[in-house]
Amino acid sequence: MAERQAPPYVTLRGHPLTDDEFREREASTAWTPRLEYAWDAGTAISRFLEGLRQGAIYGVRCRQCGRTVTPPRAFCELDFKPMDEWVKLSETGTINTFSICYVTWDMKPLRVPQIPAVIEIDGTSPRVGFLHLVGGVRGRTVDEIRRQVRVGMPVRAVWKPPAKREGAITDILYFAPVRKRAPR
Amino acid sequence: MSLIKRKPQRRVAIVGAGLSLFMRRALDTGKELSYYAASQALDAAGVRRKDIQAVVMATAPDAFDGVHMKGEWLLDGAGGVGKPYLRAYVGGGSGVFSIISGWMMVASGLFDLVLVVAEEKMSSCQPHPQGAFLTIFDHIIERPLGPNLLWIFSLEQQRYMAAYGIQNEDIALVSVKNKHNALAHPAAQVAAQLTVKDVLDSEVVAWPVHRLMVSPISDGAAAVVLASEHVAQRLADHPIWIQGVGWCLDTSYWGNRDLAYPRYVEQAARMAYEMAGITEPRRQIHVAEPYDPFAYKELHHLEGLQLADRGKAPDDLARGRFDRGGELPSCPSGGLMGVGNPIAAAGLMKICELFWQLRGEAGTRQVAGNPERGLAQAWGDLMQVGTVAVLGVR
Repeated sequence: MAERQAPPYVTLRGHPLTDDEFREREASTAWTPRLEYAWDAGTAISRFLEGLRQGAIYGVRCRQCGRTVTPPRAFCELDFKPMDEWVKLSETGTINTFSICYVTWDMKPLRVPQIPAVIEIDGTSPRVGFLHLVGGVRGRTVDEIRRQVRVGMPVRAVWKPPAKREGAITDILYFAPVRKRAPR
Repeated sequence: MSLIKRKPQRRVAIVGAGLSLFMRRALDTGKELSYYAASQALDAAGVRRKDIQAVVMATAPDAFDGVHMKGEWLLDGAGGVGKPYLRAYVGGGSGVFSIISGWMMVASGLFDLVLVVAEEKMSSCQPHPQGAFLTIFDHIIERPLGPNLLWIFSLEQQRYMAAYGIQNEDIALVSVKNKHNALAHPAAQVAAQLTVKDVLDSEVVAWPVHRLMVSPISDGAAAVVLASEHVAQRLADHPIWIQGVGWCLDTSYWGNRDLAYPRYVEQAARMAYEMAGITEPRRQIHVAEPYDPFAYKELHHLEGLQLADRGKAPDDLARGRFDRGGELPSCPSGGLMGVGNPIAAAGLMKICELFWQLRGEAGTRQVAGNPERGLAQAWGDLMQVGTVAVLGVR
């Protein structure tokens, strides 16, 4: 027995339940919360979302440290000064990192995987980007997708048709790999 | 550049430690689990609840339990009734932050005897406790994309691998080591004898992360008793001293920083090292318990802690440097990957492990060479907090 040979050298307390015992819910009570929130986007993100509706990605520049960042923010979190110089960025970028996700949050299998990625947006300071999805990729297996998606690969935003945009991050459907980066 | 104003003058020691079992699903409530660990720590220290002057409780999101202000709800199990009581909460970093908070209470001169308890009961949250994490993402620009917690770990692991050319075989070895170490831990939930092939044959949940590279859902608790110098010397023949503490949070704009390297962990470690008078951590730290909720995190953190070169921790692991019998044993307890991950309790379990290792009491888990100084670290929030404690025999 591990408990006689290693600390804390006393019988540890606790009553593990099996899956069956738990499922029968003999000693448990269930409750489903129902809550709704209406979030305000704030001064900076409202303007960013309006830009997306018009098919443009915006960033802001700090006059103090010179960083150009996206998502935009009302103040520089380092210099603690207003960040009010707006910059229209490119709709292209680079895959900083990506994943191939085969499960939902409650661990149900996904037949078609999601490809979340951090996209560094062209026109920002180095290593500045945001979370989005990579799309326009064929295949479902890790090998098939890794043949088409790599860290460091250039990508371009694929937008919803203008009439369907609603001023949301999902106005960009996904970022698709591009063969050649446009000259800058 | 100095990270602390001056080295605190009042010394603080750990004089007792306790744990509950770590389980996938406990019949026991959070209060009961807390009571098991807290009462065991009090017994080990040879003190009673009435001797305790203040209590720190660490427990992670309220959403796990569906109980608002669960710190207050857990009060009774933590032994905090009628006493100055504080909930310490920085997500996954909470377990180590709990003794940092308790240390501040004693080092400040306010109290001589403080009980520190950490608890987590993740299993109540249905259909899966990952649901409790859906709200950590920005609600305007991230949540509409449908993110889940696995995304950020898999994105960070892939960035780490791509930056340094690390292979998934190198990462899988962490699961093998820690699940093996946990075979000697009586609280362990997921101890196993596995091979790298077993880990890589387990299904891909979010490439590059395979199922056996992820710590489990757990219920459990841990506790320690902290004492000022004169009280510690009266209570214990071998008190274990808190030599240094450090913590640091990085920006929540996580897409604006390089995920390949946890600079906030480095900052937290540098603060703790400065306080502990450590100038050469690789020589002066003899045993480490870095935070390992996912296999790659142990390596990532060893680099941030300056205990391995950037991108080189996998090489050190492969040559056995971090084995229980190696040059710098890392996670000799079995860590979160082997013992289990009741979030806040898992961080404090690492402190308990150092307490036993440094007293030479770790039995079949004991690392060789009479270690005199150890380090525990935890991590969490939106991949942005590092909490570090350096413990020693003097």
